[in-house]
Amino acid sequence: MAKEIIVVAEILKGNISDITYEMLGVGRKLADSLKKPLFACVAGTDGSTLAKTLGAADKVLLVENPAFAVPSSDASTSLLVEIIKQREPALVLIGGTNIGTGVGIILSLRTGLPHINFSKDIQSENGKIVVTSQLFGGKILAEVEVPAGGAIVSVVPGALPLEAGKSTRTPEIEKLTVPASESKIVFKQFIEPETGDVDITKQDVLISVGRGIENDSNLELADELAKLLGGAVCGSRPAIDQGWLPLSRQVGKSGMMVKPKLYLALGISGAPEHVEGMKNSGLIISINKDPNAPIFGISHYGVCADLLDVVPAFIDEIKARKGGG
Amino acid sequence: MQIFVLLKMVPDVVEELVIDKDGKSLDEELVRFKLNEPDEHALEEAVLLKEKYGGSITVMALDAPDVDDALYLALAKGANQAFRISGECKGWQTPVVANLFTSFLSSHCGPLTNETVVLTGSQAIDDIEGELGACISEMLKLPYISVVTRLSVDGGTKSATVLKEFSGGLRGEFTVPLPAVIGIQSASKPPRYVPVAKVNAAKKTAKIESVSLPAPNIKSALLLRKMFTPAATGKAEMLEGSPKDISARLIEIITQRGIL
Amino acid sequence: MDPVAVEVFGVPGYVIFWIAALIAFWLFGRRVTILIGLLRKAQPENCTYQFGKRLQLFFVNVLAQKRLFYEYLIGGAHFLIFWSFILFAGTFAWNLPRWLFPFLPMPYADEIPIIRFLFVVMSVVGLLAVAFAVVRRVFFPPPHLQKTWDANIILALISLVLLTTLFGMAFKAGADAATGEQLIMFDKILATTIPQLSVNSAERLYVLMFWLHQLVVLGFLAYLPYSKHLHLLASPFNVFFGNVRPAGDLSDGISDERRVAGASKWDEFTWRQLFNAFSCAECGRCDRACPALNSGYSLSPRLVIHNVKEHLLESGLKKKNGTKKSEETKKSLIGGYITEADLWACTTCYSCVDRCPVFNEHVSLIVSMRRYLVGQGSVSKEIEETLVKYNRYGNSFGQSDRARPKWTQGLDFTIKDARKESVEYLWWVGDYASFDTRLQNITQTTARLFRHAGLDFGLVYEAERNAGNDLRRIGEEGLFELLKDKNLQTLDKAQFRTIVTTDPHVYNTLKNEYGLSGSANGRIGNGVGRTWNVKHYTEVLDDLIKQGKLKLSRKQSHRVTYHDPCYLGRYNGIYDAPRRVLQATGAQLTEMPRNGAKSYCCGAGGGRIWMQDSTGIKERPSESRVREAVLASQAEVMVVACPKDVVMFQDAVKTTGNETKIIVRDISELVWEALEH
Repeated sequence: MAKEIIVVAEILKGNISDITYEMLGVGRKLADSLKKPLFACVAGTDGSTLAKTLGAADKVLLVENPAFAVPSSDASTSLLVEIIKQREPALVLIGGTNIGTGVGIILSLRTGLPHINFSKDIQSENGKIVVTSQLFGGKILAEVEVPAGGAIVSVVPGALPLEAGKSTRTPEIEKLTVPASESKIVFKQFIEPETGDVDITKQDVLISVGRGIENDSNLELADELAKLLGGAVCGSRPAIDQGWLPLSRQVGKSGMMVKPKLYLALGISGAPEHVEGMKNSGLIISINKDPNAPIFGISHYGVCADLLDVVPAFIDEIKARKGGG
Repeated sequence: MQIFVLLKMVPDVVEELVIDKDGKSLDEELVRFKLNEPDEHALEEAVLLKEKYGGSITVMALDAPDVDDALYLALAKGANQAFRISGECKGWQTPVVANLFTSFLSSHCGPLTNETVVLTGSQAIDDIEGELGACISEMLKLPYISVVTRLSVDGGTKSATVLKEFSGGLRGEFTVPLPAVIGIQSASKPPRYVPVAKVNAAKKTAKIESVSLPAPNIKSALLLRKMFTPAATGKAEMLEGSPKDISARLIEIITQRGIL
Repeated sequence: MDPVAVEVFGVPGYVIFWIAALIAFWLFGRRVTILIGLLRKAQPENCTYQFGKRLQLFFVNVLAQKRLFYEYLIGGAHFLIFWSFILFAGTFAWNLPRWLFPFLPMPYADEIPIIRFLFVVMSVVGLLAVAFAVVRRVFFPPPHLQKTWDANIILALISLVLLTTLFGMAFKAGADAATGEQLIMFDKILATTIPQLSVNSAERLYVLMFWLHQLVVLGFLAYLPYSKHLHLLASPFNVFFGNVRPAGDLSDGISDERRVAGASKWDEFTWRQLFNAFSCAECGRCDRACPALNSGYSLSPRLVIHNVKEHLLESGLKKKNGTKKSEETKKSLIGGYITEADLWACTTCYSCVDRCPVFNEHVSLIVSMRRYLVGQGSVSKEIEETLVKYNRYGNSFGQSDRARPKWTQGLDFTIKDARKESVEYLWWVGDYASFDTRLQNITQTTARLFRHAGLDFGLVYEAERNAGNDLRRIGEEGLFELLKDKNLQTLDKAQFRTIVTTDPHVYNTLKNEYGLSGSANGRIGNGVGRTWNVKHYTEVLDDLIKQGKLKLSRKQSHRVTYHDPCYLGRYNGIYDAPRRVLQATGAQLTEMPRNGAKSYCCGAGGGRIWMQDSTGIKERPSESRVREAVLASQAEVMVVACPKDVVMFQDAVKTTGNETKIIVRDISELVWEALEH
């Protein structure tokens, strides 16, 4: 029996998260080389509409039940256990996001399949599935084999190409009826970040500030630069924690994933949770006083200097080129 | 309130991480351990809970190099009891670790009541098999919610209200009946500083209890083939010179890309 | 004639005197007793050891008023007022028993001609000095001079005392002259200063002057312990009980527990620390010197002392009806009288203590309060992160201790490992010189200099931990002890005779706070006691040049100015060695106005290098110093002998826009360039 590869679609507030497509991309590649079917599992409400975008999968397993629309409910986990037990897949892919964290190992304990976390790539090798996972914030990689009985793999967001999972094809839909178990965790409400006038995920240019900006009066520099370059200001977690920017401007694991043409990182050290949110940007330029800052490892260009020296000079240069000439 | 905090020592990435000769683990000689950062936040959240609602904090950690530093720090911050559990396993073997904690809790800590909360960090950098909090919640048959940044307890309904982070700055409010396992991402307030003198005082007045448990009968199911350091992805091209020079160069670069 | 024998409104003079004196002395004595009682409730501190040294301090600083002369004009005026006060207080004490017991067979002091002469001279001189003080206060007040009522009152009272003395003497001489008595020359001249009067009038005026004089004196006596003029009484003792240990030793002479705990209330300070509060004359010299205050921070060393006093009086004294002021309405010391921000603004540069004429120790008070804050965990995020890095990694950079010796990789020779073989000089490099990539070149240059000179030196490589100077100034005593113990263990096992340091902060703490006794011979290998010497690298360079081991034949003729690091100069008195070294390179040395002990701090000390600058700072200390170097000394090169100075001043050169005018170099670099190699 050609055991299937199942991608668990992540849906938040009625939208399919990018991680779903990233998983579908690698899933499609594996399915083709291993000659196995690729299924996407969609649970919640309005699933039929959402399912239409998951054409990279051969089939969408759809479970329509509002109980599953609640994020992080135990009901969703129990649903997945049922599906895994019934279908005995070769591989289950879950998004390693804030929603998916912890789910993998619980599924593993309940189904007996091993769980492999922090995956950033999955390859097929002579009929076997091999997962490459990152440990210690990416400093070390590990290769783990998926046993014949199958495994559950949590995938790191942003590690795999997004486009590979997009398709214009409309997938087959199979409706499943699985009763929703009672969830002990009760969802009360969403708390939105203060609505910003700006959607940083749609900007071409982002000027991002971190701890190195030192205090919010220096934010003016970033504002000016953003204005001159036709972009917007965003920040890493410390900038939001300090209250310099609203949550809607946070870039990173708990914030936004951005992919602007230019990402200018000012005084940002480059912690993995932040890098996750911006590393696919077109052009990454970083300015940081610390020559050992990890951000330089993922930047295209770096400046090891005090941003309070460089940014004003940069602003002047731009004004000169643009204005007086 | 009865608050349990699970601590884990993880390799400190400030040090160079070198793969051992067997190609499957870190060179133990060179590795230095530190307390997993989210666990520090879990500890801080526990202390905040105790300050607000009263009760006692019990911290526990598996035996690992420098674990005593972390346990004494916990005691200095306000933990009432600290346990060092020895059992044969590696810190990254989550199900094994969780199993040890579970047997410890059931054998040494009495029944978990509706005034009990088990806190641990959301995640650790060596969680290749999965997150400890989730694992132990399953073994204890308790509800689990993670990536929590704020926690309050309702004595009347015997439940906890938590704030969980999603993405894009979105957060969700949930209630969880106690007892429960909660994975802390960051504490409501940054972890407080404990001066060395206080830790020294804790070393004199408090004691870490050592507990030895039989080897768990769970084995790691991970088929680890090898561990390796990623190929140097190449660092950024560094721009030098005066701020003026650098600015000129930057303008060149972004003009080339059509941004200016 | 005997003034107390004369009746005033029918009452014999000496009766009135008795009553007035009793009241005045009672008020004075009561208050002083209460204040002493307060001090006794504070923490103990032994301040009588090294008696000889203390006596010397007393002679030099109380009698010769040495520190007053830092500001020489007002210093001179104060010297004169002080000595006239001594004269008058002395003669008052002389006369007192005679006034009280007129039957005593002793002359009044002013019955002795030479004393009369001194009275006139000192009164005139004193009045001139007071006049100068008034003019200065009104027309040319220096910054931070407090124009309080207290100050005006004392100037008025002193003037009255002197004037009544002069006039009294003149009237007495006039009266004597009118009686036809044979007078000495002196008295004759005195009598001519007033218009001719009848005997009666002259005598009455004399008696009037006398009583006016006594009222002022006795009134002042009663008023003294309620005002800042308590400094008259307290400061001589304050100097005597002052710090005789090295300035750079913050062990504070108290128990370990007390030191770690710090102070947040008056009774947690030692009596000597509190005594500072009574000795302060509010002259403002500390404020004038303070780099924090002069940058725009609200930290005022004078106010620290003042607020400790206010807090002490408010919280320590009982109110008249016997109940203490209710706890809720009392202001706390930290947070109430003194803000936490102020406590953290201090760079511990020591200018305040160095200038203080009464030997107050502002830094000691501030650090005591910081210790308390650290104990509470009330530190900023930046400080907390730095402390955590120190604790975990033994350095403030948060890098592995294994990375510490990486700077040596830039050398084409290997430096000896003092843990494995014996060396003459153990080089304790310090965090900044080792880890900061902007500074590693300079450290390498120093290594090359040592090698060129054939110095037998070595490192302890990864075993080196931060020496702890700044940690201690931040107030983390526990962590300081931890690192110190670790370092001492390493030192005990290594084999060397002298320690040489790059960083003056390291120099200071190793020399003064590690219990090293230092001796001419030192010792190599394991011996008894830690008798190693500690030297700064500029001292070693100076020695090497003198010994001819470094021949600086390629004379460099830059115009340079030298910045005296706080912890090398003001704290440890090393001013000349670096200058000799500079001169040996051929450099033309011009001094900045604030040189030597007056050197202006770069702003990095006391942990401030890790703290954020407040918004609203007008000008950072380092910027002020760079401007001074450019404008006042007109030098092309600003030479420093401290790694933190390099960093601070290089930044300041940029932020003040002086990149084309001046460049910051370390002494090592200039020496290397002057070397033929």
